[in-house]
Amino acid sequence: MWKKLLYFDRRIIFALIALVVIIPFLTEWRASHGQITPSTQNLYNEIESLKPGTPVMLVFDYGPSGMPELHPMATALARHILSRDLRLLGLAIVITGPSLCHDAVTPVAEELDKIEGVDWVNLGWVPGFVLPITQMGEDIKRTYPTDFQGRATAELPVMAGIRDYQDIGLIIDLAAGNAPGAWIAYAHDPYKVKLAAGITAVMATDYYVYLQTGQLCGLLNGLKGAAEYEHLIGKKGFGYLGMSSQSVAHLVIILFVIIGNIGYFTVRRRRRGSE
Amino acid sequence: MPGPTGPITGILGLSTEIIGIWVAALLTLAIYSFLYGDNPVYKVAEHIFVGISAAYGAALTYHLVIIRRLFDPLFRPDLAQPPLDAPKISLIIPGLLGLLIFSRFIPRYDWLSRWPIAFIMGLYAGLSIPRVIQTNILKQMQATIAPVLPVDAGGQYLLFSGFENLLLIVGVVCTLAYFYFSLPHRGVMGGLSRVGIWFLMIGFGAGFGNTVMARISLLIGRIQFLLYEWLPTIGIHLGAGPGAG
Repeated sequence: MWKKLLYFDRRIIFALIALVVIIPFLTEWRASHGQITPSTQNLYNEIESLKPGTPVMLVFDYGPSGMPELHPMATALARHILSRDLRLLGLAIVITGPSLCHDAVTPVAEELDKIEGVDWVNLGWVPGFVLPITQMGEDIKRTYPTDFQGRATAELPVMAGIRDYQDIGLIIDLAAGNAPGAWIAYAHDPYKVKLAAGITAVMATDYYVYLQTGQLCGLLNGLKGAAEYEHLIGKKGFGYLGMSSQSVAHLVIILFVIIGNIGYFTVRRRRRGSE
Repeated sequence: MPGPTGPITGILGLSTEIIGIWVAALLTLAIYSFLYGDNPVYKVAEHIFVGISAAYGAALTYHLVIIRRLFDPLFRPDLAQPPLDAPKISLIIPGLLGLLIFSRFIPRYDWLSRWPIAFIMGLYAGLSIPRVIQTNILKQMQATIAPVLPVDAGGQYLLFSGFENLLLIVGVVCTLAYFYFSLPHRGVMGGLSRVGIWFLMIGFGAGFGNTVMARISLLIGRIQFLLYEWLPTIGIHLGAGPGAG
């Protein structure tokens, strides 16, 4: 029986995972987000501590493949930033970022009666990856001379009084690649600007070390980070909704790992016994 | 020109939004059909994905870099964003360097392409080397030098923080010992490297756990799209959306 379990059709596992991901969406049951991670709480506290009118950079360094984890974070962060009357500067050093900035921020801004160009702006994308990060240390408006719609940034009310990183209260990099490392190396370390990151879970172990050193003041880890942040701001969205499926899928995977290990060791012991 | 979506126009009585949702839904199902087995439908979806990704990047680069940052300021300063009084002549240098990349297509002059590549490599090496050493080596070393018996402002010992710091120091030393190959891994060195292996395994386990969460999140994202955006186009509305529960 154990041998059969070890070699059964893996498509059964795929079907089971699909089922356990779908079923929670069809029910009213919702899993708890669990305990709020300190790194999530720290980012929330950091935004809470900023005075109204302080500019906050929300950086969209991801593409459509990072959306399931990072878009709920982006929406929740945009809501928190705008509802606190902070100025939101959306930008990207990854080419797919500006459209996602528009997609995440516009509905929230409309709901909160915030005006693009006055309360928030989508600065778009500039090529060079680390070059715009470095150049913004000298002059942000020269690095992004126009916003995503082609309007001169120097003439936008939201950019009034902003020259370089010294005028920025906090940078939050939402990334599905190695962009947070570039922001740490070229923005935080030389200019001492406060930096936090929202990352896909697969990157998390690489970035916890920067919390230890204080180079990141907050970190949102994958869908769980998004769900926690939605809970903190009191507006549940797709992050919270997805965590029920996430929890059940994890239980099923743990179950299969246990069954697989018991099966492996049982078969190995029997094989040795028969030799 | 990229920017906010324009007014939605109808095609055969269907809005472009509905058509977009259906195309996305069918391509999602086509990609997941690979889980049953490799098939032509999956191949078609895979090729469409690669083609569209490349084309999207090329189109955005053309509009936002070549036209907006090079062509307009150089040849149409009045149309540049923001408008300029005179052509920005200095852009000829990066423009020419960029054009030299294409000399690779002419075998007789392909050596010219090394100039812009050398410029890019020199620039990035100069920018990166000091910063990466500072960020990833010196700062990390500094953070490892932590007190094993820290005290708070009132002079009380912070035992748990001390234990965390001790664990950090032991983990770093033992893991480094595992990667130190100039001495045989026997005796004390063997013991340290064995403990190092345990720390590495715990690290890999945490990495694997996070990878599982990330992959399941991708599936959740697609399921959410199918349930809350695609199904409503055929009249099926699920009640338990965001905010429910």
